[in-house]
Amino acid sequence: MKIRIGAGAGFSGDRIEPAVELAEKGHLDFLVFECLAERTIALSQLRKREDPDAGFDPLLSERMHAVLPACRRNGVRVISNMGAANPRAAARETIKIARSLGLHGLRVACIEGDDVLHLKDAFMSFDDQPLPADTTIISANSYLGADALAEALARGADVVLIGRAADPSLFLAALIHAFGWEKESWDLMGQGTAVGHLLECAGQLTGGYFADPGYKDVPDVDRLGFPLAEVSEDGSALLTKVDGSGGLITLQTCREQILYEVLNPSSYITPDIIADFTGIRFEQQRPGAMRVSGAKGRPRPQEYKVSIGVDDGLIAEGQISYAGPGALERAELARQILEKRLARTGAEDLRIDLIGLSSMHGTPPDWPAPYEVRLRAAARFTYEMDAKHLTREVESLYLNGPSAGAGVTFAVRENIAIVPALIARELVNPIISMEVA
Amino acid sequence: MMKLRTIAHARAGDKGNLVNISVFAYRDEDYATLIERVTEERVSELFREHITRPVTRYCVPNLCGLNFVLQRRPTDSVTRSLRLDAHGKSLSSLMLSLEI
Repeated sequence: MKIRIGAGAGFSGDRIEPAVELAEKGHLDFLVFECLAERTIALSQLRKREDPDAGFDPLLSERMHAVLPACRRNGVRVISNMGAANPRAAARETIKIARSLGLHGLRVACIEGDDVLHLKDAFMSFDDQPLPADTTIISANSYLGADALAEALARGADVVLIGRAADPSLFLAALIHAFGWEKESWDLMGQGTAVGHLLECAGQLTGGYFADPGYKDVPDVDRLGFPLAEVSEDGSALLTKVDGSGGLITLQTCREQILYEVLNPSSYITPDIIADFTGIRFEQQRPGAMRVSGAKGRPRPQEYKVSIGVDDGLIAEGQISYAGPGALERAELARQILEKRLARTGAEDLRIDLIGLSSMHGTPPDWPAPYEVRLRAAARFTYEMDAKHLTREVESLYLNGPSAGAGVTFAVRENIAIVPALIARELVNPIISMEVA
Repeated sequence: MMKLRTIAHARAGDKGNLVNISVFAYRDEDYATLIERVTEERVSELFREHITRPVTRYCVPNLCGLNFVLQRRPTDSVTRSLRLDAHGKSLSSLMLSLEI
């Protein structure tokens, strides 16, 4: 028996067209949408506080409308963390959409229990990082594993929606369910986690985030297809994509993705497993199809990781451009003016960059002066009045700064920082509920 | 002298205030050159503006790759950084500029 799993999204704002292509032509059993970055859930919690029916992924409705008809037609089950801060409301919305599309009988499960804000007294520090002060905490979500997701599939769900779960767990759950893997078969879990990790960023396996003209060329990247894995019962998998879609799957794309966001390659920690990627092998089966095998695993950790959302004040930012002869000198003058003017406000960590020269990596040695350069000022503030002072000072560089400044933009935003913590596994209880369209 | 970019490709990812940069030889026979030239010392020097302590290198021979872990400043964690590149995603390109 083999199971085909597709990756329908690698982030909240991801393109929808390749997911539809997978649902229609991928001969899939499961389609997984990974849509929840570290900070997204804290922002979603804030939206839910204002509206109890909000707080799930902003593109959920559009995605479900686009893929559910083909999924129903082709027997593809959907797994996603688009529940974000409100899996229950996400499930209700999905039921509503299914009914409007005439997909009666569709079973939608939601999994709650990742919200552990009420357990904050039980948090333990992660990697010696200090826990945040109680008063600044906005949200706290524990990373759930594959167990509850697999259980929801076992109960017959066609769509499973969860909030905070480890990204590879969304994929591993389908394998545990389909193959009946035992909980303590750590090597299988390790291999399933490797497959999930390769798929979780969708297009990043098929030539997205990869092209470097002349060095790493990617065909038809405008029509980039998303990946799918045909997984065998022993956990090995064939990584491929829909025939005729853009992009590529090669040894290089697989290698870059297996270590993406990985620290120690022999200890990749999820709620399900400590996976070891140091024995992984990629072999080309045919052009556009790579076989992956050889990941291993050790028993899972005793704790869940928690993402704590923390109020981090305001960030103000403003930009202005200079071009032509003397552009760099005028931008440098603008920098000096701003530094003096802003010294009088409550800015923390004021940062002034010259985009086009030194904003990304610092000033490279012996680099020629660019034709145009854009000054960018950013700083942290406690009070909005002070934050607006920065944006006004950047805008004022028009009439009160060097010659021919142009194209000012500015913004002030509330910032939420994420602090990691740990919580004992037995304190966290995922709850599954099911509704039928 | 040539740049690392000639023989290797790279990708950067983030975890909190850590960034990982993986580097892979295009040709298996160049992996030994990576091990010899792309050392913790040289990479720490290249990234000195971005890190608070020397980088850690993991050798991953099954992938002909090296994985570097960089500790960024506390104010430079993904969700706090004032940098234009808050995630440190562009740092793989800085890595490929290393002279070897």
